[in-house]
Amino acid sequence: MNKQGQKRGPWREVWRRLKQNKAAMVGLAIILILVFSAIFADFIAPYGYDDQDLKARLQGPSMQHFLGTDNFGRDILSRIIYGSRVSLQVGFIAVGIAIAVGGTLGAISGYYGKRLDNVIMRLMDVLLAIPGILLAISIVAALGSGLQNVMIAVGIGSIPGYARIVRSSVLTIREQEFIEAARAVGASDFRIITKHIIPNALAPIIVQSTLGVAGAILSAAGLSFIGLGFQPPTPEWGAMLSTGRNFIRDHWHMTAFPGLAIMITIFGLNLLGDGLRDALDPRLKN
Amino acid sequence: MDKNKKMLSINNLSIHYITEEGTVAAVQDMNLEVAEGETLGLVGETGAGKTTTALGIMRLIPEPPGKIVQGEIVFQGKNLLDMTTEQMREIRGNKISMIFQDPMTSLNPVIPVGEQIAEVIILHQNVNAREALERAAEMLEKVGIPPERIKEYPHQFSGGMRQRVVIAIALACNPKLLIADEPTTALDVTIQAQVLKLMNNLKKEFNTSMIMITHDLGVVAEVCDKVAIMYAGNVIEYTDKKSLFTEPRHPYTLGLFGSIPSIEDDEERLNPIKGLMPDPTNIPSGCPFHPRCPKVMEICSEKVPKDTEVSKGHFVKCLLYEE
Amino acid sequence: MQKKLIEVKNLKKYFPTNKGMLHAVDGVNFYINEGETLGLVGESGCGKSTTGRVVLRLLEATAGEIIYDGKDILKVDKRRMRELRRDMQIVFQDPYASLNPRMSVSQIIAEPLTVNKVFKNKNELDARVKELMDTVGLTQRLVNTYPHELDGGRRQRIGIARALALKPRFIVQDEPVSALDVSIQAQILNLMSDLQKEFSLTYLFISHDLSVVKHVSNRIAVMYLGKIVELSEYGTMFKNPIHPYTQALLSAIPVPRLHSTNEKIILEGDVPSPINPPEGCRFYGRCMYRQDICNQKTPELKDIGEKRYVACHFAENLKPAKK
Repeated sequence: MNKQGQKRGPWREVWRRLKQNKAAMVGLAIILILVFSAIFADFIAPYGYDDQDLKARLQGPSMQHFLGTDNFGRDILSRIIYGSRVSLQVGFIAVGIAIAVGGTLGAISGYYGKRLDNVIMRLMDVLLAIPGILLAISIVAALGSGLQNVMIAVGIGSIPGYARIVRSSVLTIREQEFIEAARAVGASDFRIITKHIIPNALAPIIVQSTLGVAGAILSAAGLSFIGLGFQPPTPEWGAMLSTGRNFIRDHWHMTAFPGLAIMITIFGLNLLGDGLRDALDPRLKN
Repeated sequence: MDKNKKMLSINNLSIHYITEEGTVAAVQDMNLEVAEGETLGLVGETGAGKTTTALGIMRLIPEPPGKIVQGEIVFQGKNLLDMTTEQMREIRGNKISMIFQDPMTSLNPVIPVGEQIAEVIILHQNVNAREALERAAEMLEKVGIPPERIKEYPHQFSGGMRQRVVIAIALACNPKLLIADEPTTALDVTIQAQVLKLMNNLKKEFNTSMIMITHDLGVVAEVCDKVAIMYAGNVIEYTDKKSLFTEPRHPYTLGLFGSIPSIEDDEERLNPIKGLMPDPTNIPSGCPFHPRCPKVMEICSEKVPKDTEVSKGHFVKCLLYEE
Repeated sequence: MQKKLIEVKNLKKYFPTNKGMLHAVDGVNFYINEGETLGLVGESGCGKSTTGRVVLRLLEATAGEIIYDGKDILKVDKRRMRELRRDMQIVFQDPYASLNPRMSVSQIIAEPLTVNKVFKNKNELDARVKELMDTVGLTQRLVNTYPHELDGGRRQRIGIARALALKPRFIVQDEPVSALDVSIQAQILNLMSDLQKEFSLTYLFISHDLSVVKHVSNRIAVMYLGKIVELSEYGTMFKNPIHPYTQALLSAIPVPRLHSTNEKIILEGDVPSPINPPEGCRFYGRCMYRQDICNQKTPELKDIGEKRYVACHFAENLKPAKK
């Protein structure tokens, strides 16, 4: 129990626990650096993402080009920095779409139950039955490639995951007495869902979405790698890998560095996600 | 009572929990004794240190954050705190066993009750599985469950029945000491009456010593011989049942009696103890009860009260009675 | 002066389950006079909490009438019901589960006022929240704290403040003190009786603890498996309980006194399943006075004089002889 009179909201408590977790803080630092470089790419990147220098093609790491250049003589470091923009956008927006659609469906499903629940969840089952990447491939194939379509494709694929998570937490929270208490004072369904259920269901959603961003970035990279996602000259990590593949024998740096960028990003997000899960877990609450 | 053999004695025991927010003195300088066949009631409110005491005797305090700071727990002449983990495992469930409050969670839901009883028997006695199951059936019968139900699973029993199974497990090896932690709190009154009667009968039959942890003075009146009242880690009053009910001395004990609505008399208002339990990391100086005490004196916030024997065998930790 | 504020007639609440209809509340009749407390006691699963919720329409009744202030509230529409809710409130058992962990103390207490748009401006709202906190004895300091930082007693005070916010006339108290320690329990019980006098409240007090119910109630209804088996003024019921179940229930309470005089009636077995109960007295299987008629005909709650109602075929025989 805390000292009395001290103001300590539940979220502050989570932050306090998260701070103690070193791995999570490393993850958070990685994500912050990425977000920072995405926002300020124009200032940080030594070259433009499509500045070609045909005299300096396929150079290994050097003082001019820290991570070397590609087959058009473009600076790989700059492309990776600009690429973080694309990847983070795809990651966050795709997850955003999934949470908005999946979360709403899950909340409705869990709160109202019965037939509506059955219909929604069976639809989700259908979506779940199709392998995620296959679904994304077919959607992109149908809609055409490009940033927007990739985000939609990846987003749709992860809707069922959020719908299920939100539904199951709504189901447990709905049975809590404070929901009944709210009903007893005359609160409407809308107020109960937004004020009482959602704030209490946030914890698992936050964890899932942190891990989900990682998944979305990977899926987008995967799509680009097989040529369905972003088209050159967009500096997308997956697309860079794909191009680099042709030169992998003699110019390892073209694949190694974009690959590392993807790896470190995913690693950071996963560390943060795991840390958040521990920090939000009520069983550890003292 | 004195003619009986000493079964357990706790001397100067202190158990602390070291947490981020400070050190919690869960049990402070405790002295208790239980004779053979005797039942000691351990009474107190949430956070008084009752369960910590029980876990301390079983050597089941999680370390860290828990730590037995000082004292000894002498069981049948040997200090349990000096024993190795191996030796302790021999004793647990065999010579000392424990019953927990919640019969729903203290049984394994995927193992038939008979096997759960047999498991302890196999662990501690040199018998084979068949003999152990036979013994398990006998135990079931002893606690009032038809032995035909030996193959059933915990969910097939009601709450009261499950607590009987738990009792059967606890008594399966004929322990010398039984620690019951609020064994009837989760049960309805009519079922509680059944279980208490059963425990009383079995205790007599096996001549088991018992420590009964409870917050209910009514249960104390029914099953205990001696009582220790705990407040914030301290045993503040320790006496036999008779003098507790006829002449309670400590202001906290008096407060507890004033808080219980009487079933036999009418009262307009209850006389509760004012204030709240102290923050365990920030126990008041001097006597821990002084901020809530109706008879508080100036000295109470400065001096820690010692055990004072107000009449033979009746100990009170209160400065009102100190010379 | 004795005006009926609420009257419940033949109230039923069934829940469909996989095994059949669960008769949680099965034809319950009672009334509560204005300013009075009716105690509703029974063991777990007897339907007492369900009754409390159905009376407030937190659960929809299967059949019956609930006449509140002259109107059948089961017939009013949703909007009118929302207005009625301001008059009828509830205090829950578990002060941990009944408060939203993500809301601060002031937000929780203000919620009924916000939802019903009682105040137009924020200052008036804050003033009312402060006033309510004073009324239930919470210091202003706690206004921005969260439930998890507070102990059970304080949380229950928050729950009471929330229930009082809309100035109701009728409050269902659903086991409001069972999760609390005795010393805190007594404080809350005193608070409730003060509030009742101050705001002339009418209570339906639901509890499994007979001594608590006796302390707070003017009249008491005993429930067993969805039916009221006895309803009397508290004094007469405790002096000479008539229904065999009431007798057993009263005798089962452990009394915190030496050599308690009452002879214990230990009931056999457990409460039977409330799913598709057969015709006949629900208490048949455990009753010590059962006869053939008891499992053929369901006894109705009969007026046996002296404002006593008993549902037993042999009520007249079990009634104590008049002196």
